[in-house]
Amino acid sequence: MIKEIENNNFNEVRESKGYAFVDFNATWCGPCRMLSPIMEEIAKSNTVYAVDVDLNDELATEFNVNAIPCVILFKDGKEYKRSVGLKTKEELEGMID
Amino acid sequence: MYDVIIIGAGPAGLTASIYLRRNKKKVLLIDALGYGGQIINTKRIDNYPATPGIDGFTFATNIYNQAKDLGAEFAMETVTNIINKDDYKEVITKDNTYKAKTIIIATGAKNRHLNLPNEKDLIGKGLSFCATCDGNFYKDMDVAVVGGGRVAIDDAIYLSNICNKVYLIHRNDTLKADKEEIDTLRSKDNVEIILNSNIKELIANNNLEAIKLDNNKELKVNGLFIAIGQVPNNDIFKDLIDLDEYGYIKSDENCTTNIKGIFVAGDTRTKELRQLVTATSDGAIAATKCINYLNN
Repeated sequence: MIKEIENNNFNEVRESKGYAFVDFNATWCGPCRMLSPIMEEIAKSNTVYAVDVDLNDELATEFNVNAIPCVILFKDGKEYKRSVGLKTKEELEGMID
Repeated sequence: MYDVIIIGAGPAGLTASIYLRRNKKKVLLIDALGYGGQIINTKRIDNYPATPGIDGFTFATNIYNQAKDLGAEFAMETVTNIINKDDYKEVITKDNTYKAKTIIIATGAKNRHLNLPNEKDLIGKGLSFCATCDGNFYKDMDVAVVGGGRVAIDDAIYLSNICNKVYLIHRNDTLKADKEEIDTLRSKDNVEIILNSNIKELIANNNLEAIKLDNNKELKVNGLFIAIGQVPNNDIFKDLIDLDEYGYIKSDENCTTNIKGIFVAGDTRTKELRQLVTATSDGAIAATKCINYLNN
C-alpha cells in the first residue's frame, strides 16, 4: 500500500530503515497518474510513499524536485538515487542494489 | 493461445483491441508503461473530433476503460523479443512467454533527445520533456523551448502564461503548426523566437543555468523544454521486421509488415501524418486486417 505524505509525516521517511520509495507527483500531471498503478505494484513488496507537490511544496523545494513524476529512493532515511519521468517497474526497482 | 497480442497500449493499440473484442477475438495488450502512450503528456486535445478540450490522460483512460469493458486483457510488462513460429507467434517479456496467432505492433515513439553530453544528467534538473508537467516549477523564471513543431509551439504558449520569459529556439526558419497557434505565439510579449539556431552546450552547476547557441550567444535560463519530435522504439523487432532508415516499421495504409500475421499501427510505422486521429485509424485498420487473417 502507498502511504500518502500529509500533515508533516515526512519524518517517517527520514527515520525509516532500509529502502523506501518516495513518489513526487501531482494530480494534473498525466505521466504521474499513469505511474501510480506502477507504484502500487512496487508497493506490494516495498515501502512506498507518495508526495503531492501541490500540498507539500516545501518538500519539493527541499529535495530540489523540478520535474515530475520524480521517484526518490531513500536508504536509511537519506536520498540514495532518483528517477525522473514515467518508468517501468523494473527500472524503478532496479535502483535498489 | 491469444488470437492477437498487441504490443503497446497507446491510442493505436487500444483502438485495435476495441475492434478485435467486438469481433470476439481473444486479445492481450502488453505495455510496460501502463496505457495511453505519448498522449498522456498532452494537457488539452483540440484536434480530435467530438472531444474538444479533453486532456490526454482522460482521453487515454476513456479508451482503456472501453477496451477493458469489452474484455481486452492487459499486462504491464516489458517485451524483449518476438518470434515467428510456423503457425503461431511468441511474444517474450522479461517474466513470461505469450503465444498468439497474430501480433499488432503499436509501440509508438519516444522523445527525441538533443544528444548533448550532459543532457541525461540534467533531466529533472532543468531539462524537461513535458511542459504541462513541469512548467509550474519555473514560475516567474526564464526558460527556453527547443523545437519548431506544434508541440514546441504549444509548450511555448503554455509556459508564457507561467514564466517570466520564454525563448523558442528552432533550427531552421519555418515553424510548423496551425496558423492560429503561430499567431497566438507571436502575440505573446514575453516570448522571443530565435530561428536558424541550435543549442550547442548546456551550462550547468548541478542545475541548468544557461544554454549556449551555435552563434556562441548564451541565454540564462533555469529550464529547457525539449520538443524536437520523436524517434521510434523498434530495436527489438529489427531482426524480424523490415524497418526504414529512420527505424520506423515499413508499412503503408494497410498496416501490414513483411511477416504474415504481424501487423503494425500508429506512430511506429512509416507514415506522413502522425496524429491521434491517424493512430486510432490505424488501430481500426490493423484490427480488421488481423480479423480477416484469423478468419481465413
